[in-house]
Amino acid sequence: MELTGAEITVRCLADEGVEYLFGYPGGAVLHIYDEIFKQDRVKHILVRHEQAAVHAADGYARACEKPGVVLVTSGPGVTNAVTGIATAYMDSIPMVIVSGQVPTHAIGQDAFQEVDTVGITRPCVKHNFLVKDIRDLATTIKKAFYIATTGRPGPVLVDIPKDVTVARCEYSYPESVSLRSYNPVVKGHSGQIRKALALLMEAKRPMIYTGGGVVLGSASDELTRFVRELGYPCTNTLMGLGGYPANDPLFMGMLGMHGTYEANMAMQHCDVLLAVGARFDDRVIGNPKHFFQEDRKIIHVDVDPSSISKRVRVDVPIVGDVKDVLTEMSRQLPSLGQKPDAAALKAWWTQIELWRARDCLKYDRTSSIIKPQMVVEKLYEITGGDAYVTSDVGQHQMWAAQFYKFDKPRRWINSGGLGTMGFGLPAALGAWLAHPDATVACVTGEASIQMCIQELSTCKQYRAPIKIVNLNNRYMGMVRQWQEFFHGNRYAESYMDALPDFVKLAESYGHVGIRVEKPGDVEGALREAFSRKNDLVFLDFVTDQTENVFPMVPGGKGLSEMILV
Amino acid sequence: MKHIISLLLENEAGALSRVAGLFSARGYNIESLTVAPTEDPTLSRMTIVTSGSDDVIEQITKQLNKLVDVVKVVDLSEGEHIERELMLVKVRASGKDREEMKRMADIFRGRIIDVTDKSFTIELTGTCQKLDAFLDALEDGAVLETVRTGASGIGRGERILKI
Repeated sequence: MELTGAEITVRCLADEGVEYLFGYPGGAVLHIYDEIFKQDRVKHILVRHEQAAVHAADGYARACEKPGVVLVTSGPGVTNAVTGIATAYMDSIPMVIVSGQVPTHAIGQDAFQEVDTVGITRPCVKHNFLVKDIRDLATTIKKAFYIATTGRPGPVLVDIPKDVTVARCEYSYPESVSLRSYNPVVKGHSGQIRKALALLMEAKRPMIYTGGGVVLGSASDELTRFVRELGYPCTNTLMGLGGYPANDPLFMGMLGMHGTYEANMAMQHCDVLLAVGARFDDRVIGNPKHFFQEDRKIIHVDVDPSSISKRVRVDVPIVGDVKDVLTEMSRQLPSLGQKPDAAALKAWWTQIELWRARDCLKYDRTSSIIKPQMVVEKLYEITGGDAYVTSDVGQHQMWAAQFYKFDKPRRWINSGGLGTMGFGLPAALGAWLAHPDATVACVTGEASIQMCIQELSTCKQYRAPIKIVNLNNRYMGMVRQWQEFFHGNRYAESYMDALPDFVKLAESYGHVGIRVEKPGDVEGALREAFSRKNDLVFLDFVTDQTENVFPMVPGGKGLSEMILV
Repeated sequence: MKHIISLLLENEAGALSRVAGLFSARGYNIESLTVAPTEDPTLSRMTIVTSGSDDVIEQITKQLNKLVDVVKVVDLSEGEHIERELMLVKVRASGKDREEMKRMADIFRGRIIDVTDKSFTIELTGTCQKLDAFLDALEDGAVLETVRTGASGIGRGERILKI
């Protein structure tokens, strides 16, 4: 039987097993929405702004192992979505975005709500398609899912002109597709793996550094087994938190610009470094020249060959799926006939413990003003460390990363690469839809939360019982911190005057709001909020305005040149 | 160092812009870029002349390989290869300069393909260096207009770039 393009689009999504479609209707996608209306296999989540549709799909994808799926209209629908798409792209999140386009005959005519979607999104997608022929539609959608979810994942956009949604053709959804130009490597080269293991065995001061690739590649169990087998210290990037259990004694905390003293010092002074699913970005190793003042051998495992030897020269590159490579490494370990150098390792751990004793995350626990770190610590205690925690961008994000100890992967959901303020609330909605029985908290600040505040309305519509932990210091805190450190205390435009009353704001959207002003009230307020299982609670914590995030590696400095508290 | 990178890519709308966009987004140099369909109409063959350190060239080839529309990438400069570029150059040719200009074209194995009372249009093929040398050899002010195709390259001997 022949179906219309709109029917085919929705059928493809259903046949792909898509549970939720995050979107916002408009002229170019009206036929598709009509088909959504007529079926119940794919549930549509109506956001209040297209950026939030993408962030919610993103949060969903990060929280479970499925791709996020978005539907937006042409023109402003797409341009609003671009921030979300770029966010997903930077963090390699599998996602398929379906966008409406003006009819094929109107393309290039500056039609109403026309933009060159393929052109605008090209630099921030893994791939994109413009479907001009109805006969290509189903295959293109299948290709989009295939590309988005394999290799290094990423967002893929399918642009569908309105006339294609009304054209008709026979429908069949392909079981699988293959592209001659796209064949991601899965298995790591066994010779390289042997070389890597030999290097690791010879190490006197080994270090294991892992990133978002371990979380996205669902390889935390394999990583944990391998690290414990060796007894080597392990650190995670901001994106990699939860990849290795934070409460494990071998865990060194996060590394990088706001990483722990011990992680950064060990990173700088190790003699063999194993990097897994991480990309040595500027926030992680600081100044690469300074990083290379110390002599060390680097083994780099990544599914994306272009991530290897991009910012640092690597001695043993291994291209492959991290789960596959780690499994193979563990498998080969016993047959190696060599054990790690126990004496050297003991001396290395002694050194690490000295660094650890520096207690770099200490803060004033007796303060009469609420310390933001304390709020996150209490959040950790009260949620038993088992919440899905999303965040926005800035100081609160760093404190959440430092003080919430993530023992499991996919619990920590934040915009690491692009650093998108406004990500947290819609991402929390997506995470909750992925795990409706789980506890979901959004750690945010009064500046970030206002960038997608309209999603409180979406949360009401779907009764999403998210707990918003607003660390309200009346400043764009991270901007203020940089201005204090590097711009002579000139706080240019970083003060948020005329803030809303967040309690009333939450109430006006039909939620519960609680304002907390005293340290003694923090725990009680959190307990009350989390006991309200069915309510979204907006917790507005009035925190210390002058608190800074430490340690800090200033821009352009080396990893061991931290500013400490 | 100068490199000649050859690629096969899907002959699809937008494939060229993906390659060009990659170079501009990542700040890589393009000295020249030529592209046309191959004997297999679903594929285009592109030759890019670029320059950069070994690290940069390694990244360029990796990033090109990562593009979904790119089927194959080879850095021709890594082995023996042949490089040719076509130039059409319109030169001043009047009076006593006319004979001199004809001689210059002959020396460089160029062909005069259009003639007026005051000008010749010369067709010249060769490596970029040869074309540069020809232009350098002409007197100042002799050149009225030039158009160059950019280099096309192919491996020497049995080496072929095919899927």
